[in-house]
Amino acid sequence: MTDIRSFEHHHEAQFGDYVQLLKPRVMSLVVFTALVGLLVAPVSLHPVEAFTAVLFIALGGGASGALNMWWDADIDAIMRRTQSRPIPSGRVQPGEALAIGLALSGISVVMLALATNVLAGALLAFTIFFYVVIYSVWLKRITPQNIVIGGAAGAFPPMIGWVAATGSVSLEAALMFMLIFMWTPPHFWALALFMKSDYGDAKVPMLTETHGRRVTRAHVWWYTVALVPFALALGFTSIGGNVYLAASVLLNALFLRGAWKIWHQDEDAAIADGYKLEKSVFRFSLIYLFLHFTALLVEAGLRGMGGI
Amino acid sequence: MAIHVEHDMHRRRFSRNLGLGLVLAGFVALVFALTVVKVTNGARPHANDAKQNSGTFVEPAKTGTQP
Repeated sequence: MTDIRSFEHHHEAQFGDYVQLLKPRVMSLVVFTALVGLLVAPVSLHPVEAFTAVLFIALGGGASGALNMWWDADIDAIMRRTQSRPIPSGRVQPGEALAIGLALSGISVVMLALATNVLAGALLAFTIFFYVVIYSVWLKRITPQNIVIGGAAGAFPPMIGWVAATGSVSLEAALMFMLIFMWTPPHFWALALFMKSDYGDAKVPMLTETHGRRVTRAHVWWYTVALVPFALALGFTSIGGNVYLAASVLLNALFLRGAWKIWHQDEDAAIADGYKLEKSVFRFSLIYLFLHFTALLVEAGLRGMGGI
Repeated sequence: MAIHVEHDMHRRRFSRNLGLGLVLAGFVALVFALTVVKVTNGARPHANDAKQNSGTFVEPAKTGTQP
């Protein structure tokens, strides 16, 4: 139609709707961890290069978010938590989300490679591929371990930041990856325990639905136990130090205590007090990750001043 | 239906166009800044630099005598 009335439908996407496609809250975590990975690296980039690197790592993460929303539009429409997202609410057409996701993926990978190095660009491309194809398309709907595997996508940004600065993957970068990778399962399962989800209606296998809450509680504990060595090991590398180790010992002790309590919490008691314990452990897990990376920044600052 | 110069569609799309315009302007500025940095700090050897020293260089023997 060439008639101008064809443009008069009321659900026209606004700029903010496109921003929502990029999952800005997830992007903020990506920006922070990528920035830390870049700043703690022994090689320093020019501020403009560093800014460009972090910007396009975040944009790559956002692009994978848009592609994830495009693929998951059917289940997002079923679950209450996600019904207001741009596609299920009708503000953005699925085709638009796909186009934006693909275009931004390409732009961010190429720009990161040009601004820093090809390995960093390739890692970002792999992260987008992993989150969209391996996690969203393949594993999310078939295994209750989806959270574990999906955590890898969120764990790549500090490694990409490090590679952007140094040009290679090292033990430090691998341990920063492992810190987020191992942290993700207990963090999300603590959330799954208190959030009355409708994953069952959407046919997404979550551990709480497939194996029950008791098994999920045990998983929170055992995955937290598995996380601790990686968190502490980072303190003995070139980017760690006394400040990091002190913070990490304290934070891990608190996280272990919370996970232990979750494991031994009685389900009826949890319902009675409105999942107070699970909510507090979930909130603490966010602080846990934030403070670990902040401690790495402090160590980098101290090294810069020649303090250690 | 009368077509006005300022149709309702233009008003609705203003924020979207403004946002996109700002993003594109920012992108241009970023590429420019990045180019300036790369050119000014361009101490890295380029693959073509090697051609300026064309020819085979044979390192002389450090010890012993020439036959």
